[in-house]
Amino acid sequence: MIGKLDEYLRFNETALSLRSQRQELLASNIANADTPNFKARDIDFSSALQGALARATNNAPLATTSGAHYPNARAAADGKTLADGATPVLYRTVTQGAVDGNTVDMDTERTQFADNALRYEAGITMLNQQIRNMLAAIQGGQ
Amino acid sequence: MSLFNVFNVAGSAMSAQAQRLNTTASNLANADSATSATGEAYRAKQVVFEAVPMDQGTGVKVREVVEDASPLKQVYDPKNPLADDKGYVSMPNVNVVDEMVNMLSASRSYQTNVETMNAAKTMLLKTLTIGQ
Repeated sequence: MIGKLDEYLRFNETALSLRSQRQELLASNIANADTPNFKARDIDFSSALQGALARATNNAPLATTSGAHYPNARAAADGKTLADGATPVLYRTVTQGAVDGNTVDMDTERTQFADNALRYEAGITMLNQQIRNMLAAIQGGQ
Repeated sequence: MSLFNVFNVAGSAMSAQAQRLNTTASNLANADSATSATGEAYRAKQVVFEAVPMDQGTGVKVREVVEDASPLKQVYDPKNPLADDKGYVSMPNVNVVDEMVNMLSASRSYQTNVETMNAAKTMLLKTLTIGQ
């Protein structure tokens, strides 16, 4: 039963986790809008979500260095991937280059930031609705 | 929870931009300071930003404050006690137009980061409503 509940909520939970990580990347881009040689980064959300869902359902074993270790969900991140260690972080295509080597386009970042925040809130609304549905089922409509 | 790190990232940018605004204020205030503790005219100061990794995100910090190496303005004013034997006084190399642009850019960047922080706060508060 618990497994079924996990399965039921997995999609929105995975999506929310990716959205919050993407929000951090976008905040980094905005923060470094004036830093010389900073390259704007982002993830390809749809392929990242597909990858994360595939990994979540496969229950792939996590690497540990000792038998006493609990499996760690946070693999070592090297800046090329997100905290899950598998979602690639890409560089944004340059629209208007700057002389100082910075590739942050404030308009793109701001729209993506607002869009991502809104979709995050939409995800929470849907998750809430799923929980409400489940409660209704548990309580038998009383 | 990576949303909390948005506070760190945006906060680092706010403090860096505030430091940039500080140097701008100092440059504008000293645009006419013909002498200083070293006996030389004031030289314009500029901040150098550097990206620093913060957990998953990338923050920003001021790596150093550099002095503008461009030549000092030479103003002909023989009555000035600081004038050399030809009657010229070395005045600061502050470009007021550049500084005004710097000031606007810093204040806009600061505002953007405040908004970033507010958005993250709204999202976190919304997260707290899950299951209610």
